[in-house]
Amino acid sequence: MNNDTLKRLQHSRIRRITRKGITYLFLILLGIIMIYPLLWIVSASFKTNNEIFSSLSLIPKVVLLDGYSKGWAGVGQNSFGLFFANTFKMVVPTVFFTVISSLLVAYGFARFKFRFKKALFALVIASLMLPNEVIIIPRYMVFNKLGWLNTYLPFIIPAAFATYSFFIFMLVQYIRSIPRELDESARIDGCGSFPILTKIITPLCVPSLISVTIFQFVWRWNDFINPLIYISSVKHYVLSLALRMSLDVTDTIAWNQTMAMSVLSMVPPVLLFFFTQKFFVEGISTSGLKG
Amino acid sequence: MKNIKNTSLKEVENQKIAYIYILPWIIGFLAFQLYPFIASFVYSFTDFSILKPMEFVGLDNYRRMFTGDRLFWKSVKATFLYVLIAVPGKLIFALIIAVILNMKIRFINFFRTVYYLPSILGGSVAISILWKFLFAKDGTVNAALSVLHIPAIDWLGSQHLALATMGLLVVWQFGSSMVLFLAGLKNIPAELIEAARVDGAGRLRVFFRITLPMLSPVIFFNLIMQMINAFKEFNSPYLITQGGPLNSTYLYGMMLYENAFSYLKMGYASAQSWFLFFIIMIFTALAFKSSPYWTFYEDGGDF
Repeated sequence: MNNDTLKRLQHSRIRRITRKGITYLFLILLGIIMIYPLLWIVSASFKTNNEIFSSLSLIPKVVLLDGYSKGWAGVGQNSFGLFFANTFKMVVPTVFFTVISSLLVAYGFARFKFRFKKALFALVIASLMLPNEVIIIPRYMVFNKLGWLNTYLPFIIPAAFATYSFFIFMLVQYIRSIPRELDESARIDGCGSFPILTKIITPLCVPSLISVTIFQFVWRWNDFINPLIYISSVKHYVLSLALRMSLDVTDTIAWNQTMAMSVLSMVPPVLLFFFTQKFFVEGISTSGLKG
Repeated sequence: MKNIKNTSLKEVENQKIAYIYILPWIIGFLAFQLYPFIASFVYSFTDFSILKPMEFVGLDNYRRMFTGDRLFWKSVKATFLYVLIAVPGKLIFALIIAVILNMKIRFINFFRTVYYLPSILGGSVAISILWKFLFAKDGTVNAALSVLHIPAIDWLGSQHLALATMGLLVVWQFGSSMVLFLAGLKNIPAELIEAARVDGAGRLRVFFRITLPMLSPVIFFNLIMQMINAFKEFNSPYLITQGGPLNSTYLYGMMLYENAFSYLKMGYASAQSWFLFFIIMIFTALAFKSSPYWTFYEDGGDF
């Protein structure tokens, strides 16, 4: 090997390393930009009103816990503890029933042949595209007649009847990827269709059931327009409504309280995301659908 | 032969039981989707609210919407503009980052998590509040700009900028699309790209001639879904700008909500919701035309 080729090799190595370095630098900078708003709101929740606007530093001059203690005490007689409890009361049953009902229905579509199946499944897909905005007024009228306003039934009952069709679709896709031979052999052993569901399909579906749980939890947790329409009395408010209210009420009073409660409201979805990240990302990639 | 008969007999048996499994959906679909769907169509020809009995008005709502409501067209225009800013911005960004992350990057899980995080929170009221503060006239973004001696920009108070500032919130959530693109990129056979490289094709050429076409079904489908979501956007206009300044951010979702639940013009709002449905149907039809290209089933599509 002569000197020239050696130099050239060295050169291309340096170029490659620089390119790598620039790529990583870019990715890290982008990461900082992505996370900065979240860090900012956390830091703002510990700052004085004055400092929230004037200072760029993420580290508060004096760490104030006011935002949390006073913010938690809430507005009037209702503490944020109540709003948290309300949100769980709305979200947990909705998620639970979504998982059960979607699994049953998805199993029906994925594993059986029956008349009108293609047409019915086309309706599942069609309802996926049906915007909530189109049906929300009649739904409101119905729920009003049934006396369900100011309760969480408008969220829970439709979930029990598998109307969050995105999840049916997602689970059908997943169940179809499970080899049919498994249920065939169970059937030969005398297993009925329901035991096949509970003993074979369900255990294999756990990863996708977890991603259904996370998606539905996060979406219902963040949901604002539906609670805004169905819940009007403050003692039934969920977090999204309570935050909106504090935004209206505080007007120039104590922003750090609004910030502090906003931060707390983000904790459950973020924790859930970190603990189940793998499924979350996989769930979206395999369903290939929602963005 | 006997075997085939056996299974087909079994499947005939199965038929009835399948209806039991899908029964919850049938009930839910009829009660909570089909009925409201038809009802809202009927409502769109009436004038009514929870306080007022229903009165049939024929095509009046549609006539008023298309010819007598200046806010309607203003809102349609703002919404299309918003979709045009937010969706391509988000998708192009997601695509670029996905391609970079696909280049054998280390710590890919870490970067993916960080970039995805905003997508978990983006739809929440907390983030709308955050955006309102960050981009306030005396907010942090302007404070950062003043360090660089750039004069303060009225991000949310200017007619021309407010929509773009809201679009930025969508771009910030590029992680959800990025994850889908990453999955799509993984499905492109590496040999294909290597072969092109061996033949002397440059990186850019490979990207435009191989990667992009192979990924196009995913991109296209994502485009449609993101458009539908953007057409329905409610939180940002309602919470960040209240539709202002001068109705420049009065997006369709907010107009619908106000007509139905603030002004209690429920018949009129139903007509407007059907117009939204019509627009979304057009985009959905496009998506389904493309479906043969982006769906792949282990069982060949016949299940």
